[in-house]
Amino acid sequence: MDWQLVVDSFWPLLLGGLTGTIPLALASFAIGLVLALIVALLRLSSNPVLSWIGRAYVSVIRGTPLLVQLFVIFYGMPEIGIRLDPWPSAIIAFSLNVGGYAAEVVRAAILSVPKGQWEAGWTIGMSPARSLSRIILPQAARVSVPPLSNTFISLVKDTSLASLILVTEMFRKAQEIAAFSSEFMTVYLEAAFIYWMFCTVLAAGQNALEKRLDRYVAH
Amino acid sequence: MSHTEDRKQGTLLTARGIHKSFGTNHVLRGVALEVARGDVVALIGASGSGKTTVLRSLNGLETPDAGELRFDGGPVVDFGAQAGPDGGRSGRRTAARTAKTNRAALRDRSAMVFQHHNLFPHRTVLENVIEGPTQVQRVPRDTAVGRAEELLARVGLADKRDAYPHELSGGQQQRVGIVRALALQPDLLLFDEPTSALDPELVGEVLTVMKELAEEGWTMVVVTHELQFARQVASEVLFLDGGVVVERGAPAQMFTDPAEERTRRFLQRVLHPLD
Repeated sequence: MDWQLVVDSFWPLLLGGLTGTIPLALASFAIGLVLALIVALLRLSSNPVLSWIGRAYVSVIRGTPLLVQLFVIFYGMPEIGIRLDPWPSAIIAFSLNVGGYAAEVVRAAILSVPKGQWEAGWTIGMSPARSLSRIILPQAARVSVPPLSNTFISLVKDTSLASLILVTEMFRKAQEIAAFSSEFMTVYLEAAFIYWMFCTVLAAGQNALEKRLDRYVAH
Repeated sequence: MSHTEDRKQGTLLTARGIHKSFGTNHVLRGVALEVARGDVVALIGASGSGKTTVLRSLNGLETPDAGELRFDGGPVVDFGAQAGPDGGRSGRRTAARTAKTNRAALRDRSAMVFQHHNLFPHRTVLENVIEGPTQVQRVPRDTAVGRAEELLARVGLADKRDAYPHELSGGQQQRVGIVRALALQPDLLLFDEPTSALDPELVGEVLTVMKELAEEGWTMVVVTHELQFARQVASEVLFLDGGVVVERGAPAQMFTDPAEERTRRFLQRVLHPLD
């Protein structure tokens, strides 16, 4: 192994991670969560049309490869006159994807809160929307931290696909360095190591968040 | 509280012809009741008799298919006539719309104490109590906290204000549930079997609080299996069976000399289960 290359390429790779991978994952996850909540509420709606829309969305997103979704948005959309740069394309694709997967998590988490909690909110005069935001979602949040952490960690790694639509995130950097140095094993293993590092930090964050949200739960 | 005197007169609530079905199960078949200010009305009956459904209808947690709820000073909610030739579908749709607009108004007048307290587990005792006043009634936080502390002290839980519900015993949880309802200053308190989920040794502390509220002049409708409590505290007892009020009267009279055979059999079963 070429250790000098390992040392020399570490900073460019990490920088690609910090300026590409992480912001891409964070932005997509934030937008995706909002989308997920909307889709979950559509699915839970008693209106059959709305709930069908929610189901159809989840079905399409989960039933098609993420890479294909990326390509449709970046390479396909220009044909219908919508030309987007790599970054916005990637954020849109990842957000839509997270929206589909996380919607199922959010839906299950909302359903896991006992019906009596809704009724307690209603009896003190809250509207359904306020009951949702102040009573149900805080409790659903606790339940959904582990599965949503899963989604987020997957997303961090999936952002490497964005290299294929020319986003200069960490894996794109790795490909460039590898092509330049022809040390494929060294550079890709190094990139793998940095992904793993990111995910380890995230897992620690998940633990801390769970502990914080657990303070009101009986043990 | 000084409302003992001024609350004692006049009808607060009238319910007429309340019908409710869950699917094919016709749970309420024309229930009527009248609650005067300061009354404590006990609803008794076997499980499945419809007593909880009646109570929940008063708070808008169930929407009757037909009937009328009339609070003195509003709202007056007309759920429509009973099922017509179309199987009641159109009537039910209208009823649903009417109820939606009137739910908030119903909840403005009454507050519910649940069988399983339904406290918010992610909020402290104090936060549970002030949630309604601050979030819904727009009471300033300081005022709401002051009132909440006063009420908590009255039920002996002043030192629990910063505890989370899971840190309390069942009886303490239910007392907080009562305080949460009281904090809304409703005209009518509704209790849905408030002691039936409690360990036997914790029942007394909850019933004691309820008895004190009755003595202070709060108007209450109580679904209960505690016949001893009904006998001591209720001003009127309604016995429900098969979705109708079979018999109503003063507790002393009904428990010793019921007029209806069905009431007699029910009381016999409850008071002397081994006979």
